[in-house]
Amino acid sequence: MSTAIKWFWFSSPQTFYPLAGRIAAACAVGAALLAAAGLYVGFFVAPTDAQQGEAYRIIFIHVAAAWMSMFLYVVMAFWAAIGLAFNTRLSAMMASAIAPTGAMFTFVALWTGALWGRPTWGAYWVWDARLTSELILLFLYLGFMALQAAIDDRRRADRAGALLAIVGVVNVPIIYYSVQWWNTLHQGASVSLTRAPSMASTMLTGMLLMALAFWLYSIAASLARVRCIIRERE
Amino acid sequence: MNWGGWPQFWAMGGNGFYVWGSYGVAALAIALEIWMLARRTRRIGETARS
Repeated sequence: MSTAIKWFWFSSPQTFYPLAGRIAAACAVGAALLAAAGLYVGFFVAPTDAQQGEAYRIIFIHVAAAWMSMFLYVVMAFWAAIGLAFNTRLSAMMASAIAPTGAMFTFVALWTGALWGRPTWGAYWVWDARLTSELILLFLYLGFMALQAAIDDRRRADRAGALLAIVGVVNVPIIYYSVQWWNTLHQGASVSLTRAPSMASTMLTGMLLMALAFWLYSIAASLARVRCIIRERE
Repeated sequence: MNWGGWPQFWAMGGNGFYVWGSYGVAALAIALEIWMLARRTRRIGETARS
């Protein structure tokens, strides 16, 4: 019962504001420490790849950024849906706060992918299913932000954005399973829950450290942004 | 991992452009986001005081 009261308590933007600040600060420190550890493992512990040489070291940011780009979209759509269903102010604000960070990681995933594709495939860009669906994800983030910015009435902007976010979530499984559903140049998943990872354990450690760092960074950036939105709107 | 010196480290086995181009732009993107967030936070503080 007491936890239920707490949840409603923090669903009010005013009471959430100071809590968000404390969580953001802690996550920012954690992200910096984990990124330092991840970069150290990625560049000074992980061995040279037998097939790709040193170019494979792009994996440490590429995979982490690509995971975050998909994960953040699902979280954004979740908060947008909650805001649409229950008309809670903070949920809609959370969706708006996540979008720019998600767009940033989608751009980083595409950019690092292009620079990894050139030395390994011989092309910066190919129109294969994985790359194309990830590009659509970037347009969905940008479309969500542009749509919200174009509507002056905040509540209408939240509702219109929420609908776009929810419809667009269909793209996330398409990105994830694209390497299985179609013949793509992009390689399959390196890490899966059902089988052993297809890489050296130190490479995997570096990748997971960077993924955790990006994860904490996303929490810190989103909460810092939601604090701005709360103060701008309330 | 023994690189055998900083020049070899920066060269990344001939793939320096791709590796550092990736990490550099990723770092820039994150730095830009932090800067924009800091600017937005600062501006709210200014309008609140005025």
